[in-house]
Amino acid sequence: MRCGLCLAVCPTYRELQIEPAGPRGRVALIRAVAEGRLSVTKNLAQYIYGCLNCLACVSVCPPGVRTDELVSGTKVQINRELPPPFLRKLALQNISPFPKRLELSLLPFYLYQQTSLQRVVHRLKVMDAFSERWRDLEYLLPSLPRKPMREQLKEVVPAKEVRKHRVGYFLGCAQDLIFTSTALATVAVLTENSCEVVIPKEQRCCGMPHAGYGEIEQAKKLARHNINVFTSAGVEVIVTDCATCGCLTKGYHTLLKDDPDYAESALAFSRKVRDIAEFLSQDINLRQDFGEVKGRATYHDPCHLARGQNVVLEPRRLLNLIPGLELVEMKEPDWCCGGAGTYLLSHYDLSTKILDRKMANIAATNADFIATGCPACQLQLRLGAKRAGLKAQVLRPIELLNRAYQIAHLRHTSRA
Amino acid sequence: MIKQNLLKELRLIVGKENVLSSPEDLVCYSYDAAPLPADNLPDAVVLPSSTEEAVNLLHLAKARGIKVVPRGSGTNLSGGTIPIEGGIIIQLTRMSRILEIDSHNLTATVEPGVITRTLHSAVEQVGLFYPPDPASANVSTIGGNVAECAGGLRGLKYGTTKDYVIGLETVLASGEVLVTGGKTVKNVAGYDLTKLMIGSEGTLGIFTKIILRLIPLPETKKTLLILYPNFQAAASSVSEIIANRILPTTLEFLDKVTINCVEAHTHIGLPRNAEAILLIEVDGSKWDVEREAEKVVEICSRHQPLEVKLALTPSEAMSLTLARRSALASLSRVRPTTILEDVTVPPSRLTEMIIEIKRIVQRQDIQVGIFGHAGDGNLHPTFLTNERDEAEMKRVEAAIREVFEVTLKLEGTISGEHGIGLTKARFLPWQVKPLGLKVMKIIKEGFDPENILNPGKIFTGYSP
Repeated sequence: MRCGLCLAVCPTYRELQIEPAGPRGRVALIRAVAEGRLSVTKNLAQYIYGCLNCLACVSVCPPGVRTDELVSGTKVQINRELPPPFLRKLALQNISPFPKRLELSLLPFYLYQQTSLQRVVHRLKVMDAFSERWRDLEYLLPSLPRKPMREQLKEVVPAKEVRKHRVGYFLGCAQDLIFTSTALATVAVLTENSCEVVIPKEQRCCGMPHAGYGEIEQAKKLARHNINVFTSAGVEVIVTDCATCGCLTKGYHTLLKDDPDYAESALAFSRKVRDIAEFLSQDINLRQDFGEVKGRATYHDPCHLARGQNVVLEPRRLLNLIPGLELVEMKEPDWCCGGAGTYLLSHYDLSTKILDRKMANIAATNADFIATGCPACQLQLRLGAKRAGLKAQVLRPIELLNRAYQIAHLRHTSRA
Repeated sequence: MIKQNLLKELRLIVGKENVLSSPEDLVCYSYDAAPLPADNLPDAVVLPSSTEEAVNLLHLAKARGIKVVPRGSGTNLSGGTIPIEGGIIIQLTRMSRILEIDSHNLTATVEPGVITRTLHSAVEQVGLFYPPDPASANVSTIGGNVAECAGGLRGLKYGTTKDYVIGLETVLASGEVLVTGGKTVKNVAGYDLTKLMIGSEGTLGIFTKIILRLIPLPETKKTLLILYPNFQAAASSVSEIIANRILPTTLEFLDKVTINCVEAHTHIGLPRNAEAILLIEVDGSKWDVEREAEKVVEICSRHQPLEVKLALTPSEAMSLTLARRSALASLSRVRPTTILEDVTVPPSRLTEMIIEIKRIVQRQDIQVGIFGHAGDGNLHPTFLTNERDEAEMKRVEAAIREVFEVTLKLEGTISGEHGIGLTKARFLPWQVKPLGLKVMKIIKEGFDPENILNPGKIFTGYSP
C-alpha cells in the first residue's frame, strides 16, 4: 500500500514537498535498490540520509511499515558499497567508542571557550563576517564543563536517607561531556528519592551515532560492552535521562538478536532501562516536598522519547507536580525540532527550516522554560531560541524538578 | 541528447532547483496510491510556482510532443498520476497559497497545491466550512481533489468537491489559459465548463486557480456509535433515518470482517458478536442536533441493536470514531496487498449490494472487509490479498469484475470518489455505454487533440 498518509507528518517532506524527501519515496527507493532497479549512488545516499529518523511516519502508517528499520538497513548497505568520508569514519570508529578520546576531541572547543579567544571573537564581532550558518554553528555548543561528568561523579553515590533502590545511571556522552548539569540533577533527584546511584566508569556511548550512520557492527560492539558493564554492576534498574540513549538501549535485544551469546543478557538489560521520567512518575513514590519554581514552561516531545519509547505523559506529569510552574502546551509538541543528532551539521538549511517551524510554535506559548528530555533537542532548541530572539531557558524536565527540591531545601535551611 | 536539451529548457522555465531528473527522483514518481506496478518512469518532474510557468511548460510540451502528467500529492487510488507513457510530471505543490477567503461572498480562492486540511483549518478559523473531506485530506491537495472530484465522509449531507467548485483557471494543452465560472453561485453563461473540468483527472487541463464556495460552519455536532448483531438491522436503520428526513453529516458502516480486524489490531473492546457498526454524526444548530440525535437513537433502538452509544464530550466522540478511523489500518495489516474499491449504489440498494459482495467473495474464496459511507451508498469493499500469489490475484480480479456488474445492475456506479484513472478504464464502457464514451472522447479531442495531457487515463487504448 502506498497511501501516502505519512507525507502529512514527515518534517522533511513538509518543508521540501518532493517525493524522495518523504517516507513513501524513501521506501520506494529502498525497494528499487532491493529489486536491482537502482544501484547505491551518492544521490541515493543523500536521500536516505535525509531521513531524520523521527518515527513520525511509522506512527501513522496504516499497515505499519517500519520505514526507520528499512532506512537503517539501507545505511548499512550504503556503507558497504560507498566508502564513508574519512572524518566520519574516524569519529565513529576511532573516537566516539572511547570515552577518553571523545573527551579529548572536545578539547579544542573547550580551549576556544575558556581562553579569551571566544570572548575576543564575540567582542570584535568576528562572527558577523561569517554566514548565518557559521554563526549558528559557533553558537551551537554551550559552555563546556571543565571536567567530564564521569570524573566528577563517584562510581556509587549513596541515597540521601534510607536506601530503597539500587539504580544504574546510563550517563550518555552528552551528559558526560556537555550537559553535566543534567547529570547532576538526575543524580540529585534520584538520591533525594532513596536511590543509591551506580555510575559505572567503564560505560561507553550507547551506539546510536553508529547505528545512525550504518556502522552497525560498532553499535553492536558498544551494546555488548555496556551490557557487560551494567550486568556486573548488579543494579535493579538502569535509568537514562537521554531520549536517544534510552531508545537504543531499550532495543539492545533487537540489535543483538542474531547473537546467541547475548540473547538473554541483552533482553535482561533492555527490560531494566527506564527513562528518568518513567522511573520517577511510575516506579517509585516520588517525594513531593517541592519548593516553588515560578514561570511558564512548555514541553517539546523528543522523537526518541514520544514515539521511540511512548513516553509522553510522564514528563508532563512531573512538570505539573512543580508548584508555581504553569505547563503550557505548544502546537505540534511532538513535531521534530530538526536536531536529529548531527542533522544540523549535515543538512543545515533543512534543519533550520524545521527548527523555525518549531520555534514559532514555542514562541506562541510565551514560555520562560523550554523543557525537553533529549540533549540533541536541547542543543537544537537552544540555537532555535537564539535565532527566534527568545529569552526562554532550554533545559530538561529533571533540572526543573531538581530546582524545585533545591528551593525547598533552601527554605528549610533558612528557616532553621 | 534530446533529453538533455529538454532538461535545459525545463530548468530555464522553472529554475534548476524545481526540476528533478535523477534516476532516484524518477523512481519516486512512478507510483501513486493505487495498487499498481511502478514500472513506468517519467522523463522529468517539474514543480512550477506560477500560472506563467505552467503555461510555458505546456507550450514546451506541445512544441516537443511530450506527454504531461499533472500531479498533486499523489494520493489518488486509481493510478491517475502514473506516467505510463513517460513524459514530464508537473507537480503543483509549490503553488500552495490561499489567495483569498471572502467572507462577504462566502468563497475561497486558492492555488491548486493547497493541502485540503490546511484549507479546512483556514476557513474554519473564520467560522466558515469547506465540507469535502477525503480520507487523505491531511496530504491531498485541492487541485487533486478537483481533478478527481474527491468525496469523503460528509457526502450524504454536503455533497462532494463538485458541489463547491464555482470557478477555475485552467491551463489547456494548447498553453492557453481558460477562465471559467467565478464567484457567483448562479452562473449559466453557456456550457458549464467548470463542472466539466471537475473529475477530468488531468486529461483536459491543469488547474492553476480554484474558486470554492463555502458555507457557514455548523454550530455543533453529536456523535453516535451503534452496534448490531446483523447487518440487515444496520442497513434498515440507515434507510429509516433518511426516510425520516434526517441527513446525518456522517453515516459510516463497518462489516463483521472489518470489526474483527479492528478489534484484533486495536483491542478497543468491540463485542465479537457485532456484525455491523454504524458511526453517525449529526451537525447543525444546537437545537437541531439535539432533536436529530434523539430521533436517530430512537430509530436505531427499534432495530434491536446490541448497543447504542452517544458521546457526551468531544473526547468521548473521538473514542467512538476510533473504530472507523482504524478500519483501513486494521484491514491493511492482515495481508500484504490491500485493494480498496469504491463502488456506489443508491442508498436504498445498500443491503442488496452487501449481500451480493459477500456472495461473490465467498464463491471466489477471497477475503474482503467492507466499510464505507453508508449514507450515500458509497462502499469500500477492501480486498485483502497478496500481489505475489498469482492464482489468488486472478480470483480477486474476477471478483472485482463481478462486483462491478452487480453495481451497475443495482443502478450504481463503478466509482463513487476514486476516479477511473488506469485501474477502471477497462470497465468505464460498461457503465457509460458506447455513446457516453463517444461524447467523452469528442470532448477530450476538442480540448487536447494531440493527447498530451495525462495519456492512458479514463480511456483505454485511446488514440486520437
